[in-house]
Amino acid sequence: MKQTPNWNELLQDDGVHGSVYTDPQLYESELRHIWRTTWVYVGHESEVPRRHDFVMKSLGPEPVIMTRDGDGQVQLLLNRCSHRGNQVCTQARGNASVFTCPYHAWSFGSDGALKHMSLPDGYPDVNKAERGLAKVTRVASYRGFVFGSFAASGPSLEEHLGGALEVFDRLVAVSPEGEIEVTAGFLQHKVTANWKLMLENETDGYHPTFVHSSIFGVADSGIGKLYGRQSAAISRDYGNGHTECDLRPQFRKLDVPMGWFGTTAERLPDYVGKMRAAYGDERARQIMIDGTPHVMIFPNLFIAEIQLFVLQPVAVDETIQHVTALQFKGAPDLNRRMRQQTMGSVGPAGFLLADDSEIYERTYQGLLASAPAYTFTSRGAHRERRDDGGYRIGDITDDLPSRGIWRHYRSLMEPRTSVEQSA
Amino acid sequence: MTQAGESVRDGAGLRHGDLLREVEAFVYHEGNLQDRHEYDAWEALWTDDGVYWIPANGEDIDPEKEMSIIYDNRSRIALRIRQLHTGRRLAQTPKSNLVRVMSNVEIVGEPAEDIHVRANAIIFESAPRRDTLWGTRNEYTLRRVAGSLRMARKKVVLVNNAKALPNMAFLI
Repeated sequence: MKQTPNWNELLQDDGVHGSVYTDPQLYESELRHIWRTTWVYVGHESEVPRRHDFVMKSLGPEPVIMTRDGDGQVQLLLNRCSHRGNQVCTQARGNASVFTCPYHAWSFGSDGALKHMSLPDGYPDVNKAERGLAKVTRVASYRGFVFGSFAASGPSLEEHLGGALEVFDRLVAVSPEGEIEVTAGFLQHKVTANWKLMLENETDGYHPTFVHSSIFGVADSGIGKLYGRQSAAISRDYGNGHTECDLRPQFRKLDVPMGWFGTTAERLPDYVGKMRAAYGDERARQIMIDGTPHVMIFPNLFIAEIQLFVLQPVAVDETIQHVTALQFKGAPDLNRRMRQQTMGSVGPAGFLLADDSEIYERTYQGLLASAPAYTFTSRGAHRERRDDGGYRIGDITDDLPSRGIWRHYRSLMEPRTSVEQSA
Repeated sequence: MTQAGESVRDGAGLRHGDLLREVEAFVYHEGNLQDRHEYDAWEALWTDDGVYWIPANGEDIDPEKEMSIIYDNRSRIALRIRQLHTGRRLAQTPKSNLVRVMSNVEIVGEPAEDIHVRANAIIFESAPRRDTLWGTRNEYTLRRVAGSLRMARKKVVLVNNAKALPNMAFLI
């Protein structure tokens, strides 16, 4: 069955055919047109701070070794010996100037270059320069966030991030030193569901009131109100599949420095002092009112205020959520709370994410039922509007982010149509 | 493992036979309360300074610096129970069907005010979409409060804690 999908039929303006989530052939096609084409988030430079540090990552379904080579450059190497294909690295992280394949003892530098072939007399004419580890075709980073793309050409990382580039600036500004660090280690949380259910849910402002009522009801949490009917928060579609729950309008209305973090400036005196010294009183106050962003960078990086998620598709019905607490350089008192709140919220036992994951799995099962054929994503279509930057915005509970994701999805999956900005 | 070995070599378990039987009874009781979702009775086993810890990525990580699956102080243990009691904790609606076998109960070192205990558990979980076998090495710090043993610390080391895990929203 090698049919070309009929996208007009599968993707409609107000809903998506259920098979888009569940069809194994479409999933294979996504690996080609999305995961092996577009920019995909891999890791953060702070995970390999020293020369020859390495950490095992993935680019979509593909395992990748992220290293810092002897020259200090971050490299994305494929974990496959250029000789017979054995994995050259089986450790989660470490420091190694050389990776020696245990099969026939070929060795490779931290930049992927082939250093040594054992019993070299058998290879009189081999050009070692051609036999290094394969690398991800293009590597680029912004504010320390390292992305890879297997496409030799196409939009640059900055073009791909587009309007969402500013979100990274906003994020790192919460550090008095202007940098974030990914140093708290990751939980890996597996769900039996298609990756796009997570992609859409990360900026779905409609569900928290319902899915998370069990914890909002018993914890002293202001999160529920952010997504309530009275909230001034908005949803935004940056184009290129990047979507946001912009909570700043509500935080500005409340006008409480550190209110975004459920605390007050008085309880974090070290942090507040450093922020004022770094940015001046007025700018520091604004940053501490606005807080950190809640944004889903297509297709796999979710910056969720205090934590960072990386979505890894494993199969049409299996996805791993890698999650860690964000750490802000120069802010140890803030970071301790970031870790504690993150650990409470996320992962297999998390107060929030266990319930989200339950919904992902039930939704996946639900979508296997044959009717109705389509989901329904029209919420708030009548009140879509544009912000000053020209980006589509809507109320916080609207389906606007989903509609933006599907517009971009179609532009990637149906590449013969004109390559236009999906915004 | 050296500590566990020491408990055999120095014969602490043998010299404290009555205490060992009491500790075993405590550990079995605690596991039974978890299997039966007896949340309040389970919560009552904790001391006021109790810490419930389930590390990720090994058993020797620093929970003050690195992500754990659970790292609950006493108030967060209470919050966990309150969430379960709402009946809207979706990841436990319906509640998992659980049965565990506990074994290898040992007193580690010389018991004092704090009694250090190790035990293994194999837990079979039946949930709507999957049956899961969880293998754990457990460490307890027990303390006598008003004549009864209470838990001041429970560390649950899932043997597969460095891998991707599905939901685990029941008490383990």
